[in-house]
Formats: sequence, C-alpha cells, structure tokens
Amino acid sequence: MSITTEQNATQAPAPGVTADVSESIAEHTTPEQITTAKIFPYPLNAWWVAAWDHEVTSKALLSRTVADKSLALYRTEAGAPVALADACWHRLAPLSQGKLVGNDQVQCPYHGLRFNPAGRCTFMPAQDTVNPSARVPSYPVVERDRYVWVWLGDPELADPETIPDMHQMSSEEWAGDGETIAAECNYQLILDNLMDLTHEEFVHSSSIGQDELSESDFEVTHDGNTVTVSRWMYNLDPPPFWLKNMRDKFPGFSGKVDRWQIIHYSYPGTICIDVGVAKAGTGAPEGDRSQGVNGYVMNTITPETKRTSHYFWAFMRNYRLESQLITTQLRNGVHGVFGEDETMLKAQQTAIEANPDHEFYSLNIDAGGMWVRRILEKALRAEGREQA
Amino acid sequence: MAESRNRRWQRATVAEAVDVADRIMRIVLAPEHPRKVRAGEHIDLELELNGRTEMRSYSLVEANDDGSRLAITVFHTPHSRGGSEYMHTLGVGDVLRITEPLQDFPLRVGAPQYVLLAGGIGITAILGMARVLKAVRADYRVIYVGRSRSAMAYLDQVREEHGDRARIHVDDEGTSLDAASVVAELAPGTELYMCGPIRLMDAVRRAWIERDLEISDLRFETFGSSGWFDPEEFEVEIPRLGVNTTVGRDESLLEALERAGVEMMFDCRKGECGLCQVTVQEIRGEVDHRDVFFSEAQKSVRPAAKLCSCVSRVATEQTDDAAAASGTISSSSPVETTHPVPRLRIDVS
Repeated sequence: MSITTEQNATQAPAPGVTADVSESIAEHTTPEQITTAKIFPYPLNAWWVAAWDHEVTSKALLSRTVADKSLALYRTEAGAPVALADACWHRLAPLSQGKLVGNDQVQCPYHGLRFNPAGRCTFMPAQDTVNPSARVPSYPVVERDRYVWVWLGDPELADPETIPDMHQMSSEEWAGDGETIAAECNYQLILDNLMDLTHEEFVHSSSIGQDELSESDFEVTHDGNTVTVSRWMYNLDPPPFWLKNMRDKFPGFSGKVDRWQIIHYSYPGTICIDVGVAKAGTGAPEGDRSQGVNGYVMNTITPETKRTSHYFWAFMRNYRLESQLITTQLRNGVHGVFGEDETMLKAQQTAIEANPDHEFYSLNIDAGGMWVRRILEKALRAEGREQA
Repeated sequence: MAESRNRRWQRATVAEAVDVADRIMRIVLAPEHPRKVRAGEHIDLELELNGRTEMRSYSLVEANDDGSRLAITVFHTPHSRGGSEYMHTLGVGDVLRITEPLQDFPLRVGAPQYVLLAGGIGITAILGMARVLKAVRADYRVIYVGRSRSAMAYLDQVREEHGDRARIHVDDEGTSLDAASVVAELAPGTELYMCGPIRLMDAVRRAWIERDLEISDLRFETFGSSGWFDPEEFEVEIPRLGVNTTVGRDESLLEALERAGVEMMFDCRKGECGLCQVTVQEIRGEVDHRDVFFSEAQKSVRPAAKLCSCVSRVATEQTDDAAAASGTISSSSPVETTHPVPRLRIDVS
C-alpha cells in the first residue's frame, strides 16, 4: 500500500526552533552490533522446516512449535500439508489435541468449532451461522525434499523459489536417511557448529576427527543469501568413519586419501556439507571423484524457541545406492557423531545462561559462521526484529 | 486466535483532510505508535458526540510502509448517527484517539481466483486487497458499484491500477449490478471478498447459498452500520424490569438499555457474536436485522423472536416490499412520518 509522506506540518519544527537534542543523538547512534549475539533472534520471513514428510499425516494432528509459534500440522485427503496456528479462535484451546473431521477440517477438542485448511471457521456450536471474523492463521506451507517447510512471516512474500536447495534428499542419484535432534540451544549455535568443522578434531576424535583439520587452510566465500567454506586436506590417513566408507565402495581399501569438506549455507537455516575422501592423488581436487566416496550431510535447523531448536539432518551418499545396510549404518554412525555435538551445544547454552555478563569473542575459524550471522542480521533488521 | 484483538489505544494527528468525492472525505492520520498495515485492517476511533464518547470503525484505505500515515475515508451519510458528520469537521492538526490497526477481514493469499466486490464507501476495505492481489500476480477481479460516479471515491485509481480486471457499475447510468449474476459466473473455489451496503451483501449471500458454494469462501466485513431501513427513533420496554425508554436515531438499542441502567451482556458490538440478543415479546413495526449472527431463516420469522441489540433496530412497517426485492444499493425511500413511533417490548437475559 502506498501513501505519500512529503511533509507533515505537525512534526516539522517551527523556524528557529532546534529539534529535541535527545532525538538527534538517537538518529546518529550506530545501530547495535548483533552479529555476535549469544541468543540470536530468528527471522520470520523465511522458510523453516517444521517436520519430516512422514510426520505429517491425514490421520492425526501434529503439534510442533516453530519460532515460538505453536502449529497444528496435518495433511488433506489429497495429500497437501496444512499448518494452522495451534490455538482455537474461540478460547485458544490447542487444535492439535482435536481431531480431523470431514472435508479436511480440524475440530477443536473443547467446543467443536471446525476450521478448514485456510483457517476459516466452518462450524460453531448452537448457532445457525458462523461468525465471519472467526479464523485461525493458516501459514503458507510447501513440501519439498522430504521436509515440510512453513513460512510464518508476511504471506505476501512467501516465494517457494527461495526454499533452500536440498535436492539430494529426493534424488534417485542419492540414498540415505536421517533423524531429528531436539537440541537444547539457540539455533545459531548449531549453525556456528556446522560452519566450522575444526571442532571435529576435538569433539569427534574417535570417528571423523584428525589433526590435519586444524592444520589445514580453508576458504570462505559468500553472496546475498549463501556462504561457502571449503577445506581440502591432502595425502592423509582416513579416519575410521571414512576408511569404512571407502571399503564399502572399494573392498579391502587401504592407503592415503585426499579429503574434502565443502560447507554450503543457505538462508535461513540450511547447511549442506559436501564431504568425502578419494584415493590420494587421483584428481579429486580437480573434479574427478571416481576414486572416492562422496556424501552430503544435509542439515536444516529450525528455531523452536530462543533456547531450543529442531535439528533435522540426513546423510546422503551417491555410491552403493542399493544397500539399505549402508543407509542404516551411516545413519547410526552420524547419530553417534551428532550426539557428541548435541552434548556440547547443550553445555554451551548452559554456560551462556550462567554467564549473562560475558560476551562472545571470535576466532579466525569463525569466518563462515560470522557471515551466516551477518546474513541473518540483515534479514532481522529488514523485519525490525533485531532485538532478541 | 483472533489477531490484533487487543485494542491498544493511541493518539493520532490529522495530517491531511480532503474531499475526494461527493460527501466523501479522505483523512490521513499520523499515529503515535506506527506499525505496518495489512490489507483488510481497520481502526476504531473515539469521538465525542453530544457529550458522550462513542466509537466508530473505519477501514484503512492506504498506509505508507511503516504505517506512520494511515488513510481512512469517510462518507457523510445522509442519516448519520453523528459520527460521519463529526468526522467531516476534522482539520489538519486535530488529535484523535484511535486503536492500532485491527484485523477482522484478512485477505488470504493463495486462492485460485478472487472477486473483490465494493459497494459505495465499501471500496475503502477493498482497495488495499486489490493492490496485494495485483502485487502477488493473483487471478482477481474488482467490481465497484455505486449510485453515481461523482459519489464513488477512488474510481480513477481503481481503473488505472486494475485496468481490465476492474468492472464499474453505476446505478444512475443504468448499469446496476445484478448480484446473482456475479455469483453465477464464479468458478467453485473462488474467494469473494465484499464490503458494502447490507442489501448488496444480502443479495450476494443469498445467491451464494443457492449455488451451494463453500460458505467460508464468501468473505465480508460489516461494522453493523448498514441496514435495510434508515435508522428511526423507537420505544423499548422491558416489563420484567419496569424499564421504558426511547432509542434515539443516533444510538443503538444496546446503548439505550445501558443508559437506562439495564445490565447487558455483550462482546463484539457489531452483530457477530450473538451475546447481546434480546427476546421480542411484542413489536409495532419491523425488525431491521443488521447482524450476521442470525440466519436468513431466523431473521424471516414473523413476528420477530430475537434480535441482536448492538446493531439491529426497529423501523416503521413498510407497506410495499419493493425495496426488499432489489439487490442494488439504492437507498430506501425517506421514512414516512405519519406512522406511530415503532415500539418494542422485550426481555433480556
């Protein structure tokens, strides 16, 4: 909507009158730096994953909190996912505790009001009409790449084209599976964790960690909504996780490998990490990965509250696609690795709470995470929500 | 979860007040606490009338990005209860008390097709929706109906912004809208948003129900301010409580009963919730149902059994029902003064 704001007689200071001093100070104060905020606010004009595809059904309602909004999720009989605010218009009873009734509608568990997928009330008890104002918010929702994505902000801006690319999740050229971690920390701490894999050497020493991680160089690039951190390590012994994967593809393999980690962040909370090893010196850095194994760690993090997050992940691979055994082994293996992160992230959040007066400091290795924070900060400022 | 239900009041300064059509004034307000405005929102506004503080609702026609300029547009109704007359006296620099924007008429993005229907001053609720639908490249049509072009605010703007998507109907040019034909042309699944006189909306609603379209796809907003008859003074009696009073043209039955000391239950005060309904024991005249709580069938009961006291009134009985048959928005004929004053005997909960 538009309107001109050329002049306003009531606010313009009269000639010769100086504007209020405190006002001019406020105007010239540098905006507060929130890049290193410990409790990072979340943008709402963003596609967040609310659930795995299999969690949302036409049989029962799923209750889930995304960005501090309680949602009631279900599917129509035709299979379309629906996300309604989980509070009845009438007296705010949670709709997710109600049931699905005819024509894809939700019936409130308390007084039986019914709402359709658009969130409009279609039935009220003990009256012949329905109050035209009665509705609950129905959020834009898209099912893509095995996830159900919701948009909680301005619905006029909800463009499905901006959903992060996670195509490996639904591609015939990739196989794998994943899980959800109920992470007890602010979502940005998880994004920090994934944008810098130096921590593998210290947190995951028994599986994927090795000394070369903190010794090797990395390169960070970024544009408007993405950040990439690339790290190549040459001619090293594969850690246990990667040795096992090499032997799945190349039975009996032993020897040195070249190892890569290419971390791709997409706004707001998706990090897909291209990982792998190849027999040393067979051309992987130049693009020939035929003598190696390649995986994609598909992470997408959704703030639940300011201090808890839904951490959806999967491990996809592009070799031995037929083996369900390898799918299960990899999922279980990553489950173990990510369990170590989960413990660390919870401990970090606890320490943050215990030290309200202490701020974050940054290291060289935080470049990737800091660019992510900068992208989110810009989105938050555009929404006027930069205050935690 | 009704959004924006909390009525946070604030001061607002009149930044602009200009006539934009016959008896229609555009008033731009600068609120104390601006926030972004969404299509379909309105403000409630307090005004002092005859020593009483009254409240009126006005759709937000336009706003700038941060909501620091809010435009409303006020039709000076011939039978004003005083509100629109007062509004037309406002000038730049005047200060009012208004709520933050309230949303009872939200536009849903994502329907396959839309029809936006505005009757007269109802364009104020529709204009912003049309802009949004254009911006998101939705398949929409705007239908704007009025008595005469000179009384249709924002007419040029509608034509310029929406071109072939806009259809204009003007009563005094002989191009009155046939509401039933609008509904007959709709593809199922189309959402129709309307704001206008109750005759127009009733005609659309009847056609909608006859076609058996999904009732939740028919969206409308009424502030309970439009009736089938012009407001008249009428008498009301509650024998059980020994109450006898007169309901003035410029007040509601609910307000008159409260003034007379009756403890009334109510909530929405715009004819939606049904809490303020009263039971009719006897009536001289005809109930002018202005609510959306009772169904058509309930409203057609004779003699009337119940009515919503916040918006509905009693009018002198009409001898011909030509007006009732019309789906156009031409206003009803002037009230005859030779009839006895309409009278209502009721009981309350």
